[in-house]
Amino acid sequence: MFSYYLRLAFKSLRRNPILSALMVAAIALGIGSSMTTITVNYLMSADPIPEKSDQLYYVQVDSWDPNNPYDDESNDPPNQLTWTDATNLMRAKQAPAQTAMAKSGGIIEPVNQDDKPFEASIRLAFNDFFSMFNVPFLYGNAWSDVADDERQQVIVLTRAINDKVFGGENSVGRSMVMAGKTFRVVGVMDNWQPTPKFYDVNNGAFDEVEEVYMPFYLKEELELPNWGNTNCWKSPEGEGFKAFLQSECINFQMWVELPTQADKADYLAFLDNYAQEQKALGRFPRPLNNRLSNVMEWMENQQVVADDARMMMWLSFMFLAVCLLNTIGLLLAKFTGKSAEIGLRRAVGASKGDLFAQHLVETGLIGVLGGLFGLGLALLGLEGIKSLYGNFVDNLASLDITLVIVGLLLALVSSIAAGLYPTWRACNIAPSSQLKSQ
Amino acid sequence: MLEIGPIFRALMRNKVGAVLIAIQIAITMTIIVNSVFMIVERNEKMQRQSGLDEANTFHISSVGFGEGFNPRSTVEADLAQLRALPGVVDAIQINALPISGGGWSMGLQTEPGAEHDGTGVAVYMVDEHGINALDVEVIAGENFAPSDIRWRASRSPTWPNKVILTKAMVEKLFPDSPWADAVGKTVYINDNDPMIISGIIDKLQAPWVGWDNVENAMLSPERMEFTATRYLIRTQPGQRDRLMPEVEEMLASSNKQRVIRGMRTVEEDRERSYRGDSAMIKILTTVMVILTIVTALGIVGLASFSVNRRRKQIGTRRALGASQGAILRYFMLENFLISSVGVVLGAGLTIGLNILLVNTFEMNPMNWYYIPIGMLVLWLVGQVAVYGPARRAAGIAPATATRTV
Repeated sequence: MFSYYLRLAFKSLRRNPILSALMVAAIALGIGSSMTTITVNYLMSADPIPEKSDQLYYVQVDSWDPNNPYDDESNDPPNQLTWTDATNLMRAKQAPAQTAMAKSGGIIEPVNQDDKPFEASIRLAFNDFFSMFNVPFLYGNAWSDVADDERQQVIVLTRAINDKVFGGENSVGRSMVMAGKTFRVVGVMDNWQPTPKFYDVNNGAFDEVEEVYMPFYLKEELELPNWGNTNCWKSPEGEGFKAFLQSECINFQMWVELPTQADKADYLAFLDNYAQEQKALGRFPRPLNNRLSNVMEWMENQQVVADDARMMMWLSFMFLAVCLLNTIGLLLAKFTGKSAEIGLRRAVGASKGDLFAQHLVETGLIGVLGGLFGLGLALLGLEGIKSLYGNFVDNLASLDITLVIVGLLLALVSSIAAGLYPTWRACNIAPSSQLKSQ
Repeated sequence: MLEIGPIFRALMRNKVGAVLIAIQIAITMTIIVNSVFMIVERNEKMQRQSGLDEANTFHISSVGFGEGFNPRSTVEADLAQLRALPGVVDAIQINALPISGGGWSMGLQTEPGAEHDGTGVAVYMVDEHGINALDVEVIAGENFAPSDIRWRASRSPTWPNKVILTKAMVEKLFPDSPWADAVGKTVYINDNDPMIISGIIDKLQAPWVGWDNVENAMLSPERMEFTATRYLIRTQPGQRDRLMPEVEEMLASSNKQRVIRGMRTVEEDRERSYRGDSAMIKILTTVMVILTIVTALGIVGLASFSVNRRRKQIGTRRALGASQGAILRYFMLENFLISSVGVVLGAGLTIGLNILLVNTFEMNPMNWYYIPIGMLVLWLVGQVAVYGPARRAAGIAPATATRTV
């Protein structure tokens, strides 16, 4: 029966090519715009590390100004840590895995004398960084605990930097000059780009990951510059790098891995305890306000989904609504035009249910056609977004299989919903009234 | 106007089509009016001036490396070379660039002490050439003298004792007195460190275009002894593109212990900083155009349908003496009635969406006059769309009345 209805539907579409084209176009436009914005929102709000996003927690402690909260509106604690707190919490080692981190940069002087020196970004971290965030390795491994503690000059490279400096060879064990010091390469990462770049969203949640990774304490040892955001409520006391590290300026992030809720409760208790200790030392002048946020909570708190993207999605749903209203109107016109044919079919024995099914197949067909064209338009729309926003959306503007299925389902469901009333009206035609005038 | 009665009664017989069109018009108006409002807002934001001679200014970074790198002599040599270059109006070392997205901010307050709140201000460290290179005008007080300029060591917590502020910043700090009176007054940085206002400049924007305090900026008289530093170069009109590669080559070859990078024009900074806004404007414009077409086509479709269904009645009316103009008027008026319901509903929805956007996205409330203009435009769209089908209806021959369909 279905294939017969489908044949009838095709015939009916061909009978009014302009009307049919209008309907398909309306649905395609609505679906195209919705899918474009849904894609961007879906990728912006994606879980970057689904396998353990509920076990990784971002650490915040309130070390801020006694006179002004860090954030007047939300009363959130500062979004980064001071050097003092980052190193104290790392030394306490109260979580099964933990890493403090910071962004920095320096000049790489390539091994090959003919290549020009160039500047690269650095992520300072502890070795747990790689295991906590499931970083894939192409060659070698993370550095050891000893390397962290002894401040060894070891380095992990991204694949791109390894290609640039070592021509893509296995560079483990070789040395490289960066920031004026010689480092030993211990590992080369495979391609890795969490979207969003959840572990540090300070300079753009969809930035590229840093190019070079080295032990955190080298910040102090090599006096590496602050990249990212530095925020101070009071100036460092005294000149020089040491004074900055001992100051109340925040430039550091910290993540801990806490597998169970009990671990989380323990860690929070430890943080509160730590804050009390610091109060006794004359720091932490504000009320107790420590926080642990898992990955998705932190993404929400940092508002990584751009307002413009959400606004666009709302508008595109309204756009889809207009397109569907349009389709309802056009279907009404079309089915009313078919009333004579419907009357005839009813008179020769088709039940209301039969006719309902037949016309539902017809609207479904229009929906699927509209959905297919709509996906095409969405691809165009995403290309348009890439060209308008530039490189930073490259990771945010590609359709995956889930999105294709969502798009087709959305088209099918919305077109059938649009078709329900016109179909119902068409089936309620009294056969006698239509046959009379023939 | 007597025709409205019959038109209205006829509409009531076939409510669904009319209601569909009315809702469509209402939603279309909601989207279009809110979009136009957003476009106008973003456009105003993009039109703001940075204060720089944008068309003729570029900047370049120098990052030193290696043990023997001497930041102070490098900066002195670079500036001397840059300023001597034919076609260069002026060049300075600067810590951050207006509208570039990255910079340094501090709080200034009129009373010393940590208990007082500061007003946020963007910090630009420049020497006495700053005024000329940034193309700003000292409108009260005076520029820094060469003797005011000090060297800032990396991570120094101290500040010079003079400062130049933008007029906007002065007005925020001293709201109760005329801005020009602020020259010679003391403001406090870092809660307690005094700085005397030695001059006021007309306009200079902060690095962050989305910042509420974007017009607040200060000039601090210093050169920086940093290994990583930036130069801002203002050229004579039309010379910028010729000078850029020259400057890059000159700096790169004058000192091998550094990397020259990040050369960019201020126009490019502007394009990058406002990329989101300009993209939004383009997307919204496209949406508006397509939406208007879709709605207009919907009106054409339903009007054609209703004309076709009423061919016989139209023929009868014509046969009974109605003129072509009367038929045309009938359909135009019918559409006008439907549109009226649509735009009134649309006005409500438009305000509703605006309130929602204001609450959710911290947008500004819409000016009232957008609503009547939007209503008028959609009325017009409806009338234009229905004109074609109405003309065809008017062309139906009276003889149609005698035929069976």
